[in-house]
Amino acid sequence: MKLWTKAVLTVAALSLAACTDPGGFGNDDDFGAGTDSGQGSNADPSSIAYFQEAVGDRVLFVVDQSTLSEQGRLVVLAQANWLMQNTDYVAVIEGHADEQGTREYNLALGARRSSAVKELLVSQGVASNRIRTLSYGKERPIEICSEESCYAQNRRAVTVLTANLSG
Amino acid sequence: MRLFATLVIGILTMGQLAHPVVAQSQPLRIEITDGVIEPMPFAVPDFVAETPGSNQVAKDISRVIAADLNGTGLFREIPAKAHISSITNFGSPVQFADWKAVNAQALITGGVSVSGNQLEVKFRVYDVFAGTELGNGLRFKGTTDGWRRMGHKVADVVYERITGEGGYFDSRVVYVAETGPKSNRKKRLAVMDYDGANLQYLTDSSSIVLAPRFSPTGDRVLYTSYETGFPQVYVLDVGSVRRKVLSNESGTMSFAPRFSPDGKSVVMSVTEGGNTDLYKMDIGSGKRQRLTSTPSIETAPSYSPDGSKIVFESDRSGSQQIYVMSSGGGEATRISFGKGRYGTPVWSPRGDLIAFTKQHKGRFHIGVMRTDGSEERLLTASFLDEGPTWSPNGRVIMFTRETRGAGGAASLYSVDVSGRNLKPVKINGGGSDPSWSPLQ
Repeated sequence: MKLWTKAVLTVAALSLAACTDPGGFGNDDDFGAGTDSGQGSNADPSSIAYFQEAVGDRVLFVVDQSTLSEQGRLVVLAQANWLMQNTDYVAVIEGHADEQGTREYNLALGARRSSAVKELLVSQGVASNRIRTLSYGKERPIEICSEESCYAQNRRAVTVLTANLSG
Repeated sequence: MRLFATLVIGILTMGQLAHPVVAQSQPLRIEITDGVIEPMPFAVPDFVAETPGSNQVAKDISRVIAADLNGTGLFREIPAKAHISSITNFGSPVQFADWKAVNAQALITGGVSVSGNQLEVKFRVYDVFAGTELGNGLRFKGTTDGWRRMGHKVADVVYERITGEGGYFDSRVVYVAETGPKSNRKKRLAVMDYDGANLQYLTDSSSIVLAPRFSPTGDRVLYTSYETGFPQVYVLDVGSVRRKVLSNESGTMSFAPRFSPDGKSVVMSVTEGGNTDLYKMDIGSGKRQRLTSTPSIETAPSYSPDGSKIVFESDRSGSQQIYVMSSGGGEATRISFGKGRYGTPVWSPRGDLIAFTKQHKGRFHIGVMRTDGSEERLLTASFLDEGPTWSPNGRVIMFTRETRGAGGAASLYSVDVSGRNLKPVKINGGGSDPSWSPLQ
């Protein structure tokens, strides 16, 4: 019962000069917890704050799956729409897993999740070289209880935006 | 930074002390394949200080030996307060009756001398009830800052003579030291003696680091770091603490590295477009060879000791299971068929067993199975146990145990391959992802 089909994206070499600067793609501590410092006011529809709060920066997944739910699909379609209108931003999609799994497997599972979001964004016309993906596996939970209520929030893919300064 | 550069081993040849080898009908022996064993009582009276100022180190070395042997669960020390005589001269004949009287079956005596920064330790092992020496006396020479290693070396010899198996005390463990709350845990690489002594940090905590793995000679460590912002495999020289990225192709992640038995190449997972497969990379040339090519997750590879095979986990069947393939890739054979999910397989240094993590009904287990998947045995059960690593002699497994809840923390545990002697490893703060070195 393979619910996940292989991504057929050919990832073009990123044209962003900024990607050699790790800061350009968010540093290690920036794992999509939704800090809003320096991200503008959500009253400004082209701000990162607006993207996080009005569009929605994350989608959640069921246990051990990377298929987008219908609700998750709608969030990603809205993200695609926003990214098409706000071309000054690049995105890193961070995939995460809950703690109920081994470390390596969860890294690979988080990569499937971030990739599922990227695939849909690209299918909607967002240039693939504006999007990078990575996985944190179970390394960066946002909710820390060991119950399904927390696990459900941790099984996520978060779209983290950065202004494309090199553009 | 090597603490102990040279170790000279000599066989004691003091003629007046040489005991004749006596054929014994029942030699002092622990058969550690037996199901349940009664720990063997032994005595290690403080080693004799043979030069002025060596009293403390002589005593300390004796304590290291006792702790090593006690820690196996196979031996039980008769404490000094129960002794009815002491060893004040390494060269004098042993009063076996005094040691029989306190039921010490094995007796270890030694002498320590210090000259400048040079340390010399000599010792003998006795079978008290037979009234004979077990093997020849040995002498180790090194520098004073390596005194703990001297103790471990002595304990390894004692262990080997009594169990017939190689020891594991003169070894180190590299692991991930953890601090901070669960939602923002700080991780850094650390290396220590197997017993937790001589801790040294190898990285700072500015980037997440995961799953370090010792090279077959213990001089290098492979690990995964997020220092570029993306997880990539690095190789680090333990002596100089210099590191270099091995695989840093834009748009990919790499993780779960492990050395080949010859130390020249690395097998690891590379993720591209959301799909994780296994690759082999030659460290010298950087040349990469793809070993699997499926839409499923292939990760956590580990070589057989002869380098001919790789055991790994895959969810190609729909759930995480363990497979074995040739080290060149190709057809893989599934070997895990029990209930639940199986991951993180590690081939034992003896080649006979595979240790793994199993998840079943919300619990995690460390277990072992034969290399064809038969004779599965679970050694532990908890909220979260994972990531086994083998002691150099294939006798003990160290792993990560994480406790549940908001205050949950990771620590290191060890367990005998028989399932006995489960206990925490003494470390400073939290720790995960241990990797045991070969014998030094």
